[in-house]
Amino acid sequence: MLTYTVRRILIMIPTLLVISFITFSIVKLPPGDFLSNQIAELKSQGDKAALERVEFLRKQFGLDKPFVEQYAVWVGLWPAERGFSGLLQGDWGWSFEHDLPVGEVVGDRMLLSFILNFSVVLFTWAVAFPIGVYAATHQYSWGDHGLTLLGYVGLATPNFLFALVLMYFANVQFGLAIGGIMGPEYLDQPWSLAKAGSVLSHLWIPVIVIGTSGTAAMIRRLRANLLDELQKQYVVTARAKGMPQFRLLVKYPLRMALNPFVADIGNLLPSVISGSAIVAVVLSLQTSGPMLLEALRSQDQYLAGSFLMFLALLTVLGMFISDLLLAALDPRIRLTGGAAK
Amino acid sequence: MSATAPPGGRLEHYVSPEPFEPLAAETLTPEQERFYRASAWRIMWWKFRRHRIALISAAVLLAFYASILVSEFLAPYNLHTRDTRHIYAPPQEVHLFHEGRFVGPFVYGYSMELNLQTMRREFVPNPAKVQPLRFFCRGDGYQLWGLVEGDLHLVCPAQGGTFFPFGTDRLGRDMLSRILYGTRISLTVGLVGIAVSFLIGIVLGGISGFYGGWVDNVIQRFIEMVRSFPELPLWMALSAALPVNWSPVLVYFGITIILGLLDWPGLARAVRSKLLALREEDFATAAVLMGATPGRVIGRHLLPSFTSHLIASLTLSVPSMILGETALSFLGLGLRPPVTSWGVLLNEAQNINVVALYPWLMLPVVPVFVVVLAFNFFGDGLRDAADPYK
Repeated sequence: MLTYTVRRILIMIPTLLVISFITFSIVKLPPGDFLSNQIAELKSQGDKAALERVEFLRKQFGLDKPFVEQYAVWVGLWPAERGFSGLLQGDWGWSFEHDLPVGEVVGDRMLLSFILNFSVVLFTWAVAFPIGVYAATHQYSWGDHGLTLLGYVGLATPNFLFALVLMYFANVQFGLAIGGIMGPEYLDQPWSLAKAGSVLSHLWIPVIVIGTSGTAAMIRRLRANLLDELQKQYVVTARAKGMPQFRLLVKYPLRMALNPFVADIGNLLPSVISGSAIVAVVLSLQTSGPMLLEALRSQDQYLAGSFLMFLALLTVLGMFISDLLLAALDPRIRLTGGAAK
Repeated sequence: MSATAPPGGRLEHYVSPEPFEPLAAETLTPEQERFYRASAWRIMWWKFRRHRIALISAAVLLAFYASILVSEFLAPYNLHTRDTRHIYAPPQEVHLFHEGRFVGPFVYGYSMELNLQTMRREFVPNPAKVQPLRFFCRGDGYQLWGLVEGDLHLVCPAQGGTFFPFGTDRLGRDMLSRILYGTRISLTVGLVGIAVSFLIGIVLGGISGFYGGWVDNVIQRFIEMVRSFPELPLWMALSAALPVNWSPVLVYFGITIILGLLDWPGLARAVRSKLLALREEDFATAAVLMGATPGRVIGRHLLPSFTSHLIASLTLSVPSMILGETALSFLGLGLRPPVTSWGVLLNEAQNINVVALYPWLMLPVVPVFVVVLAFNFFGDGLRDAADPYK
């Protein structure tokens, strides 16, 4: 188990490096950069002092250097001028648009993003698990058909529209404030119980909206796996011996069917994060989505790059955890993984 | 056989009067014979036909795709026809009976009222204005696919009347017509994207599965990497990188390629695992020994063995592309007007006011919903039909 963990971590490092490179290339794809746009603007206004400041920033962040060197500076492999260190040193860079370090601009957005995505995964599981089991044990019943249909409906409705409509109804029916992940009065406050409570009371709309799109696939997979297991000989034997239905279900087939369920975190996370990005824009949640969009539009390269990097990191970590869980659940995976290498 | 023996008595000796047929056990009924002689595709079709929902979905999809051939004819108005007197007009219901009398399909015309409390113009149907619809009539001129001039429409409003079954938008354009025109873009986006991902998936998966070894290892790591990217943020980043000065058509192709660029890993994996199994088969070895090039072995001998599978899995990934395009356009990062897709139309329904005041602007979501569902059911049916072991 230990060697497996270590090997998995070792694979993660080059993966993250390559991801960071791709991320940076994509962010840098549009011609020009934020500062060059700003310089052009300032030149036309003739603002001398600001112009100097921008030139200074440009130098400090190495924007005048070639692409590869800029990348190295961002990651922190290359020393930049004036004490700007890179990702590896835990420095997210500088946001040009907000004129602040990325770390400060972002504030607790990344934490909120994490909370949101984590809750969505929990929600998806909590919903998909009982429904999947029910659908498999009551195959072709009305309940099965109805729940499956519900799952499909969740799958086919575009997230953002669902978010809009749900938000409207939440407002009309329950008088909930529109948008946001917490009450506006808590926005820049330090964390407290009241703030956490406010977050919780706002969280359910985005969680439901994002969750519904993932549950359908999950239900279908669990149902299919469980159905496969239920047809096997050992289940028939156990049933013939008079084992109680519930114990029979929980003891063997369910445990077997659980494997792909855990493996699914890896598949689930990218789609959850995708979903949360767009839903966050619609609901104007104070998570990473809206700010990422804005940063991409204004070519605020370090801000956008760091957000993308954070999201990718979240996914990679999620996959890592799901792999570890799988290995803990199923020794076969560890063995075959080792033999193949 | 039917003769029952009296209790204790002997069974009557029975001989069948029918002529003896020694091969009876092995001869196939005509039905079985038909089955054994059928091609793989035919069997697939038989299996598929049994899947009722998938069949209906296929018909729905066919209807949608057929409609894009003649969008101009089906739409009552043109894409950009504006009726400035009817801005944000609500949908008009189609009626058949007027005051208990059969009139044929008609709509009640609007009468406009100014609501002084909300300071909004409100349109209410006016029972005095009966406007019968005309069919196969002359209306707005158009160029079919930009080539053939025409002005024939399936249905038009009465002379001087209006026909807005789905309402109008903020410029007074007919929503139904715009949705019909949007179908053309929205449905083809998925297809082009699929073509891109199909190409990448088959080439990379093919190389990876056929050669194995370190090539396979590198490609597998790469696939894992691509899969760990959250799709939408990456799509957002890529489409933000599309130059602003590109023409709408170029943007359209840019977007489709972006959509296809992230979708291939699943396909590549499927191709690889199939190839890994198949390349050990005798017919593959025979082909190699006879001097076929790797490209030919893969393309001619190995791929056809699981094309049906590939097609099924491709069908299942079209909906995510359609939803992706919708999401991107909704955010304003995807297609831009004057190109009209369902996502571009939904872009107008971006804020809560629309939900409250003009809910009909959200109607483009209905075709999105229907098409995505249909593709899912269709793909499921195809996959089941393509599975030789069921």
